Amino acid sequence: MSGAGVTIVEALASLLIVIGAVFGLVGSYGLVKLPDLVMRLHAPTKATTLGVGGVLLGAMVHAWGVEGRSSWHELLIALFLFVTAPISANLIAKAWLHREGADRPLPPTGRECGWANDDPPPDASESGRGDPPR
Amino acid sequence: MIEYALGFAYLAFGAALVLNLWRLAQGPSAADRILALDTMVINGIALVILIGVSQATAVYFEAAMLLSLVGFVSTVALTKFILRGDVIE
Amino acid sequence: MTDRLFPHPRLSVTLMLVWMMLVNEVSLGALVLGAALGVVVPLLTAPYWPGRPRLTRGWGLAGFVALVLRDVVAANIAVARLIIFHTNASLRPAFFAVPLELRQPEAITLLAGAITMTPGTVSCDLSADGRSLLVHVLDAPDPDAVRDEIKLRYEKRLMEIFP
Repeated sequence: MSGAGVTIVEALASLLIVIGAVFGLVGSYGLVKLPDLVMRLHAPTKATTLGVGGVLLGAMVHAWGVEGRSSWHELLIALFLFVTAPISANLIAKAWLHREGADRPLPPTGRECGWANDDPPPDASESGRGDPPR
Repeated sequence: MIEYALGFAYLAFGAALVLNLWRLAQGPSAADRILALDTMVINGIALVILIGVSQATAVYFEAAMLLSLVGFVSTVALTKFILRGDVIE
Repeated sequence: MTDRLFPHPRLSVTLMLVWMMLVNEVSLGALVLGAALGVVVPLLTAPYWPGRPRLTRGWGLAGFVALVLRDVVAANIAVARLIIFHTNASLRPAFFAVPLELRQPEAITLLAGAITMTPGTVSCDLSADGRSLLVHVLDAPDPDAVRDEIKLRYEKRLMEIFP
């Protein structure tokens, strides 16, 4: 690749890394600033996934354009973080509701039973697909 | 040019780690501390990737990948312990 | 015969692609080893898969993922602005319940994940019978409008993919 091309690619990688760093910092700032756990949950789950996503994309662009090696595995980490971030957030919210949520009024479910954190499932055949395990 | 971007990113993620540490010490609830630890792991992954970029090598990829796996599993284990009082039932 | 050898064809293809990405090269060796893993892992784990999701339009899933990725970027900018430029007192957080029409567990998992990753909402819990989703929103003057948008934007599309 020509010199000018490498410079443009390097600028792109730098831009992606800087954007990622800004989002990562904002996510952690939100973790400190917001007053309540469920509100704090919003900041890291969103901002840090895009923060690390930006850094990973920047690393990928750098590997392709500047170092000249083909690189796909950065996408794998980004994919893994995108799949697991909602699950961690959901479990942390459930743990908080379990420990501290007793004095917090939750909206009604609109069903006969309560939220899964408090109530056992009403009937196994009612929920889910109901087909027997193979 | 990439050196300046990397320097800025090191500073930003380092500051983010300090903020996470403050939340980890402050609490107040156990869920807050788990959230702080989870975020610390994610910021740590970003720092490992940045080292890989600055040294123009792919050997740090495995470290970042393993860190993300271990971080997720430990978050799930900690929350499960709070929810059920047991990790593996 | 093919059903017994490939109990989960989509999982086999995914495993092969993930393996090729993990070793980070496109070569015959990686392809063969990936294909071997794609055959062996579903065979060994087949007893632990309770059922198979019913997909009618598999490619619709790609469109859904693209929509969510676009919304993730928009959500990040929106939440970053809320964190930096708004005082804590001016935020109006709220819990609300989303009644679900989706029945397949995989579809509900996807919907909950999409809600968590997109503008100012986090899914917190499911009702005990799995028909209603508890969602927390960071800043909403009108939670009902957010609920209607979730139902229109995400659940309707998922209903077409997972009938």
